[in-house]
Amino acid sequence: MSVTAHAQVDDHTDDHVHHHKETFVTKYIFSQDHKMISKQYLITGLIMGFIGIAMSLLFRMQLAWPGESFPIFEALLGDWAPGGVMDADMYLALVTIHGTIMVFFVLTAGLSGTFSNLLIPLQIGARDMASGFLNMLSYWMFFLSSVIMVISLFVEAGPAAAGWTIYPPLSALPMAQPGSGMGMTLWLVSMAIFIASSLLGSLNYIVTVLNLRTKGMSMTRLPLTIWAFFVTAIIGVVSFPVLLSAALLLIMDRSFGTSFFLSDIFIQGEVLHYQGGSPVLFEHLFWFLGHPEVYIVLLPALGITSEVMSTNARKPIFGYRAMVASILAIAFLSTIVWGHHMFVSGMNPFLGSVFTFTTLLIAIPSAVKAFNYITTLWKGNLQLNPAMLFSIGLVSTFITGGLTGIILGDSTLDINVHDTYFVVAHFHLVMGISALYGLFAGVYHWFPKMFKRMMNKNLGYVHFWLTAICAYGVFFPMHFVGMAGVPRRYYENTAFPMFDELTDVNVLITVFAMVAGLAQLVFLYNFISSMFYGKPTEQNPWRSNTLEWTAPIEHFHGNWEGKIPEVHRWAYDYSKTMDNGEYVIPGQDFVPQNIPLQENEEELNH
Amino acid sequence: MTTLLILVVLVLVAIAIWQMTKIFELSKLKTVDSQVATDKDNKYNGYLLFAFLIFIYGITIFSFYKYTKVLLPEAASAHGGDYDYLMLVSFIIIFFVQTITQALLHYFGYKYRGEKGKKALFFADNDRLEFIWTIIPVIVLAGLILWGLYTWTNIMDINDEDDPLIVELYAQQFNWTARYGGADNVLGGANVRMIDIDKANILGLDESDPNASDDVIVKELHLPVGRKVNFKMRSQDVLHSAYMPHFRAQMNCVPGMTTEFSFTPTITTAEMRMNPDVVDKVKRTNKIRAERAANGEDNSDPWEFDYILLCNKICGKSHYNMQMKIIVESEEDYNAWIQSQQTFSQTMASIQ
Repeated sequence: MSVTAHAQVDDHTDDHVHHHKETFVTKYIFSQDHKMISKQYLITGLIMGFIGIAMSLLFRMQLAWPGESFPIFEALLGDWAPGGVMDADMYLALVTIHGTIMVFFVLTAGLSGTFSNLLIPLQIGARDMASGFLNMLSYWMFFLSSVIMVISLFVEAGPAAAGWTIYPPLSALPMAQPGSGMGMTLWLVSMAIFIASSLLGSLNYIVTVLNLRTKGMSMTRLPLTIWAFFVTAIIGVVSFPVLLSAALLLIMDRSFGTSFFLSDIFIQGEVLHYQGGSPVLFEHLFWFLGHPEVYIVLLPALGITSEVMSTNARKPIFGYRAMVASILAIAFLSTIVWGHHMFVSGMNPFLGSVFTFTTLLIAIPSAVKAFNYITTLWKGNLQLNPAMLFSIGLVSTFITGGLTGIILGDSTLDINVHDTYFVVAHFHLVMGISALYGLFAGVYHWFPKMFKRMMNKNLGYVHFWLTAICAYGVFFPMHFVGMAGVPRRYYENTAFPMFDELTDVNVLITVFAMVAGLAQLVFLYNFISSMFYGKPTEQNPWRSNTLEWTAPIEHFHGNWEGKIPEVHRWAYDYSKTMDNGEYVIPGQDFVPQNIPLQENEEELNH
Repeated sequence: MTTLLILVVLVLVAIAIWQMTKIFELSKLKTVDSQVATDKDNKYNGYLLFAFLIFIYGITIFSFYKYTKVLLPEAASAHGGDYDYLMLVSFIIIFFVQTITQALLHYFGYKYRGEKGKKALFFADNDRLEFIWTIIPVIVLAGLILWGLYTWTNIMDINDEDDPLIVELYAQQFNWTARYGGADNVLGGANVRMIDIDKANILGLDESDPNASDDVIVKELHLPVGRKVNFKMRSQDVLHSAYMPHFRAQMNCVPGMTTEFSFTPTITTAEMRMNPDVVDKVKRTNKIRAERAANGEDNSDPWEFDYILLCNKICGKSHYNMQMKIIVESEEDYNAWIQSQQTFSQTMASIQ
């Protein structure tokens, strides 16, 4: 990534407000500038994303045409696909690493890491993060964990294959599954480093938002992006350490013979010494992070959507305070709903009742957000840029996927769809696709800020429409597969004649998935070519209110030449008019945050 | 069939690409290309948003039309009826909300597409509107929560009333074993530490426990219709999940502890085979199998419907093939079957 960054900053002049002379290494590699770090996060995240998506295509092919021989399997998987037929252990490994990569490396680091870094200082009016050094450390630990995760794909016994939830004892015992040997060790090491990276990043975001807001930028004037990143960081700080403890205890069980999660195990003809531990404890610890993680992934996407949607609708976001309240409510509730992943885990059914209650409550702030987005569109002047389309797409998949949460969050109804493809369809729509749409919306919208060039909009449209159609094409029929009782993580469904007639559906899903995969190549091409050959941007191409567009196009450490802009209003004064029906600034339908209140302008409570 | 589906997909994709190229060409006419949406982009993408709404409805209708038949047949357990009814009501609510919200979202996207000179409405707040769409979900969800919790409490209330049959489901990589309490209907004590493969004590029964001697260990689960069954689940190695979709029943099997689930089967296997939905399903499936047989492929024997127990928690390489047949039969048939099985003490005696 240093190469790409190098190419586009060639024309960079060094005579701005620099604190110190920067070398190639400090500017492009070990940079402490949040803008460079955000680019590093984005590009690393996208590379991981392409690995993750490619994996999903491989196992989708196996599901549609079980046991079929494909030359591509042999080429990519080698000994794991003898004669081109995918091995069952490899299938589980692909599913596992796909989940891990997409959830943590793409949608946590790639999404929140990228845009928190880019936007927090720029939108609150700060010269950089509170600690540039910690920020740099956070990225490089993320990079290291990515490298370890990728290396784990190449170990002899195969990568971790116990599902992304790595429930012990499967993940703890190499004799239960080859992937639980060195592969799982690397997985745990990689995740431990990832968690450290995420914590460093999150603490930095929280401190920066609390302390470095420019003059006039009260909390109620913060753009919703910042609210989302801020609250996301808090959830991360609260819940990621618990995953670290789970990982550490699992490492102890695996390597040092402790029995935190293991008890009474007889495997391969012998009784193991473990006594007194419980896998259910691991499930609690895992999901104490695992569920908030869903919102760590989703909230930044919703924040980005709020900003993009308001800007492109040329309207204020509807119900700003309700949006903030919803973010806070979702964040709070997200930490007390983890048990809904464990209704049939053997935990006390009364606990199940409690978790049903809290889980269904979370539908309320989610519904408020969805309605507020829809109302934001109402009577707008919608500029249907690719970022805007992805934002509308996000609301659509968020609703479709969110609604089935009412089924899964209900302990009763969960009994028969738990761990089936119904769950797979639900969470892919509500957090996978929605968060990816948020990521894409962010990339299309802030690409000019990051790379000083515009992305090609027509390729953007092709990318959006193909992706939107295929996302529903993949995940809508998948609900039916789940309702037919097909469990997830099955290498093939041929062992059950009752699933024979579902082969058709699986073929349809796979075809859609492959087209969706191709559509991402359009994005990849657009991203890379626009980085070098895109049309140079104006300073404020989307005519937006937030502070990042008041900063010069040129990147330099410190963001603004001279003084940091002072803020006089909230971020959503789009199409605001005076009493006489004229725009506040004649001929311009937006009023950036740094513009003082005009004469005769009605003051809002922000 | 598959070909048809692929064709449908290809046509949809082709339409999308055709629309794209059209936009592409049209927008190329403009000389100034700032890469910001123009009125023309807004117009075409507005239309496409509307078309996309129709696509969402279309794929919903298509899926219901084509795939309703693959869903599970009528529930074969006493609580299954309540389960299915709650599911139905939840789905009606979901589709009502889905239809309306998607319509509003995409219609607004189409209706309010941008044009030069158009003025958006500065509309930042409305307490009454926000109150309405907070309170409606609150009321609806309160209803669903109460109903769901009531049903859940009933299902999970596992007790010894009505003389339940006690059955242990024992999971290991990658098969199931069932154990009946025998004549006394009490399971003997067991622990993996007492497993003795040489003596065929595969479940680790306590040989000194008198309750264990009449236990019956089998590889096929037989249940008498109409009698409550209390399942005790155990696992000897990793997590498994005992999933009996036809009975709307599932519980994980956790090494180191015993988990429980209980249901009353209400429809015998023979009766279920006569269920019209099942008859159709078997017919369709056997048609597919006959085609396979004609092509000389494997896995082509004709199928007869049976209830099935699946493993539904990732447990390793052969997770996808960890199953046990369940047979629900009349009390007499069940009694005859259980009489014909060897008890644990008989098995032990025959080995020694």
